[in-house]
Amino acid sequence: MWMYEKKLEYPVRVSRNDIGMAKFLMAQYGGPDSELSAGVRYLTQRYTMPTDKAKGLLTDIGTEELAHWEIIATMIYKLVKGVPAQQLREAGLGAHFAQHDRAVYPADAAGVPWTAAYIQATGDPIADLHEDLAAEQKARTAYEHLIQLTDDPGIKDTLRFLREREVVHFQRFGEALNDIQALMTSKTLY
Amino acid sequence: MDERLAMLKGIQELEFVAIDLNLFLDTHPQDQAAHRDFHAVRNQLLEAISRYEEIYGPLTVTGCTPPHHQWLWIQGPWPWEIEYE
Repeated sequence: MWMYEKKLEYPVRVSRNDIGMAKFLMAQYGGPDSELSAGVRYLTQRYTMPTDKAKGLLTDIGTEELAHWEIIATMIYKLVKGVPAQQLREAGLGAHFAQHDRAVYPADAAGVPWTAAYIQATGDPIADLHEDLAAEQKARTAYEHLIQLTDDPGIKDTLRFLREREVVHFQRFGEALNDIQALMTSKTLY
Repeated sequence: MDERLAMLKGIQELEFVAIDLNLFLDTHPQDQAAHRDFHAVRNQLLEAISRYEEIYGPLTVTGCTPPHHQWLWIQGPWPWEIEYE
């Protein structure tokens, strides 16, 4: 089970409304390499992991991803708060407004709704952990793109924190993969 | 910065250290230095949370302390509404 903690993992400071940036941030909210994909991916794969280490790691990183999903949602929420419909339209969020008003709906930067087709769970820990390593790298580079798209120091600061977490998760997944590979090698008889 | 925000940031910092050590320990369960660091930060975090909750209300629902006559859990601001400085 999960219990909610009424705080963000990292503060979100937004200096002013920026509708365009809100749209770009949707990439990490409801896109293929988003925090939502990451959370659902790890929390789905954990059931069929062979070691307690990997079960624990996927549970804990999956949980942290949900906290990152909340951070991205908070940024988007603040960036469009109180912005009139006409301005949303001019900045490319007219279609979003028509369907969702200012709700933080899980779609990507181009408005494509989130789908479970973005993730895989193969039941094979080696295949799954390789997907997880790739996912962390794709999210890392997405954050580097997003950092280049804003000059708001608060947004940059939070995005740098999230980028750094992808690097740490990649490192931990690599350790879990090595551990499972060593275990499987020791069990293989030729 | 107001006192509430300062306390909340202190909790965010301590909890971040705990989260990072948690992941490290998942793949290094025998690391004695990391165990010591985790337990040190855990104790500081729990103290900081209970000081905050006494004044400003619960961060988790189990932090709802004795017979208040109001249900403080639902009292805002919610995390996405806080103006950080």
